[in-house]
Amino acid sequence: MMPFHTRLFGAVVALTLAATAPALSQQLELKIMAPAAPGGGWDQTARAMQQALVAAKIARSIQVTNVAGAGGSVGIAQFVNGAKGDGNQMMVNGFVMVGALAMNKSPVTLEQVTPIARLTEEIQVIVVPANSPLKTAQDLAAAVKADIAKVTFAGGSAGGVDHVMAALFAGTIGADAKKINYIPFSGGGESLAAILGGKVTAGISGMSEYEGQIKSGKLRALGVTSEKRIPGVDIPTFKEQGIDLVLANWRSVVAPPGITPEQRKTLSDAVEKMVKSDAWKDILKQKGWDDAYLSGDAFADFLKKETIRVTDVLKSVGLVKS
Amino acid sequence: METFAALAHGMAVAVQPMNLLYALIGVFLGTAVGVLPGIGPALTVALLLPVTYKLDPGGSLIMFAGIYYGGMYGGSTTAILINTPGESASMATALEGNKMAKAGRGGPALATSAIGSFVAGTIATIGLAFLAPWLVDFAVRFGPEDYFALMCVAFVTVSATFGDSPIRGLTSLFVGLTLGLIGIDKLTGQARLAFGIPELLDGVEVTTLAVGLFALGEALYVASRRHHAEEKIEPVRGSLWMTKEDWKRSWKPWLRGTMFGFPIGALPAGGAEIPTFLSYSTEKRLTKHPEEFGKGAIEGVAGPEAANNASAAGTLVPLLTLGLPTSATAAMMLAGFQQYGLNPGPLLFAERPDLVWGLIASLFIANVMLLVLNLPLVGLWVKLLAIPQPWLYAGILVFATMGTIAAKPSVVELSMLAGFGVLGFLMRRFDFPIAPVVVGLILGPIAESQLRRALAISLGDPLVLLQSSMSATLLGIALIALLAPFVLKGLGRFKASED
Repeated sequence: MMPFHTRLFGAVVALTLAATAPALSQQLELKIMAPAAPGGGWDQTARAMQQALVAAKIARSIQVTNVAGAGGSVGIAQFVNGAKGDGNQMMVNGFVMVGALAMNKSPVTLEQVTPIARLTEEIQVIVVPANSPLKTAQDLAAAVKADIAKVTFAGGSAGGVDHVMAALFAGTIGADAKKINYIPFSGGGESLAAILGGKVTAGISGMSEYEGQIKSGKLRALGVTSEKRIPGVDIPTFKEQGIDLVLANWRSVVAPPGITPEQRKTLSDAVEKMVKSDAWKDILKQKGWDDAYLSGDAFADFLKKETIRVTDVLKSVGLVKS
Repeated sequence: METFAALAHGMAVAVQPMNLLYALIGVFLGTAVGVLPGIGPALTVALLLPVTYKLDPGGSLIMFAGIYYGGMYGGSTTAILINTPGESASMATALEGNKMAKAGRGGPALATSAIGSFVAGTIATIGLAFLAPWLVDFAVRFGPEDYFALMCVAFVTVSATFGDSPIRGLTSLFVGLTLGLIGIDKLTGQARLAFGIPELLDGVEVTTLAVGLFALGEALYVASRRHHAEEKIEPVRGSLWMTKEDWKRSWKPWLRGTMFGFPIGALPAGGAEIPTFLSYSTEKRLTKHPEEFGKGAIEGVAGPEAANNASAAGTLVPLLTLGLPTSATAAMMLAGFQQYGLNPGPLLFAERPDLVWGLIASLFIANVMLLVLNLPLVGLWVKLLAIPQPWLYAGILVFATMGTIAAKPSVVELSMLAGFGVLGFLMRRFDFPIAPVVVGLILGPIAESQLRRALAISLGDPLVLLQSSMSATLLGIALIALLAPFVLKGLGRFKASED
């Protein structure tokens, strides 16, 4: 029943305040949509923003709504159509949405939303079970080159960041990305079991998902996808092993289409202030998220490039028909 | 001995007044959301996460565990009383439980489910404390082919158990399997049978189907029969409490249900539904009162109820030892751990023994609390059945619809609910069993993706299904279960002619 009450209450509050409150930033009344069910990464990001924006007194109140479905396709459709021109709404999105939109042939695309800022990112890692004969990323590359079908990769949903990464890995080392034997599992838990049980050759996921197992020695990390080594983590990057694979699972926030430049500036300023607040920094530390703040045109550019890159990869593995 | 000392230490943590309070809040909330269809423990934990952020980790995790156990209890109450399973794990309970309630035996049905849950929860928690490290090794070795074989066992037992004839059971099962195809294919990311409707991309929600078929279908059916012979609901007939006979018929199903629930719950892709249905099928086969099945047999409530609570404890095995969340609620609890910078996994036992053992100990306490909370309520719940039928069913309709909207506010979802209600009505009218539809929807997609995963790993060699000893054994069991009724029937005829 909770969503009902919060929704109603929020609507009433928004109505009364829209009529009276001037658009001063300290009196911002925002609605942030998490285009996913409560609990996932996007929902956590939206709720973290809510917490930080209110704690840092940047906004008076924030209401988080959840519209789950199809990697965000349902949420973005509702956001683009329903919130058009509304300067008091934002939506969280990320890497996974890019692929999901392409695969679901969504009529709504990320080109339609107004980019605000990239917020966080998570570095990806490839792991093998501790007793695997593969010791380095080059060993894995050699195995892939020897017989690509025999190297099985376990990871998250089809077309998600893990899948894209497997395809990029194969492409980078000169193998045929179309032939990769990628086995999608629902959620990190299930794929982790398959890796630990030796059912697959290697596993791909975000760093945090496997951290405990890597530290305890049950899994061996072959490489991480960051530019440089992550401070305090003793895992080589792919780059230093001669494989040009740089990738991060980013999350960002966007505004509806059709808002005025002033409205865009108000939202961008609010997010910038939030990113610099102690409240936000505390949340990042506590959740283990890496700050990846990028705003304005630089972010819009990044979004465009990433969309092209992901769509190309998905075409190359046959998930998106060209 | 080390485990005992650790557990004793955990008890000391758990009985601190604040932690007891958290456990109480947890089981109370859990029972409440379990009663509401559509709002499960996973959603509750998700909504509470930001609220509990400021609490100490031990306390809030204890509360989450209480919610989890409580949800399993609460779901069965509505299943028994108004044939509306609060969540899919209580579906098997509705089958016999609601029949019992209509025959005036709602009291014993609720009691056997509460006590059975307690017994199973306690045994399974002991299992969690002592067997976790061993069990998790077994669970991790369970590969895609083994899951597929397990699903085969479930399919065979379910379609053979429900309905008057296997052909009707199979028909229902295939309706469910077809519904299971709707949405994005897990392995290729392509949409199937979605007809361009975005809401269908994630497939059919199990609770929507279950609530539509069970609750709405039932309400429509009752309304349609109103001018025929009115079905008499007797609130209470005989004892409100379990009789000696009830106890005698319940204790074995409790134990067998636990044996199904705990290990399957511990499997990373096991879930709570399969053990409840396996338990139901087993009880139906083993019972000394086969004539009562379908009319309200207490074994059919005792077994599945024990199984679903045992599986809840089983889920915590991979969560605590490996950091593997194997159910939606477990995934939320994992998020809860991470909120405090704790990484469940092999290191958690070593780094934070107070937390882990405190959690395990508080599960025992949550179990006792649930029993104390639920048994006195039995009398109150049963009064619900005394409400005049039109009112009761109108209430059920409102209740079911609200639950569905609360979980997923969309027109499409509501239309589906109504559509499934009509389907449920027609199936009742023409004597098709309902449960296999839901089983098909839950297990079909899992069986499909596990089979395809197994084949992808083996590069398309179907023999992989027989190479693993576990999978070969399970497939053998499925084959025997499929053929046994025919063989036994043949033998029975042979015997009969001998007499």
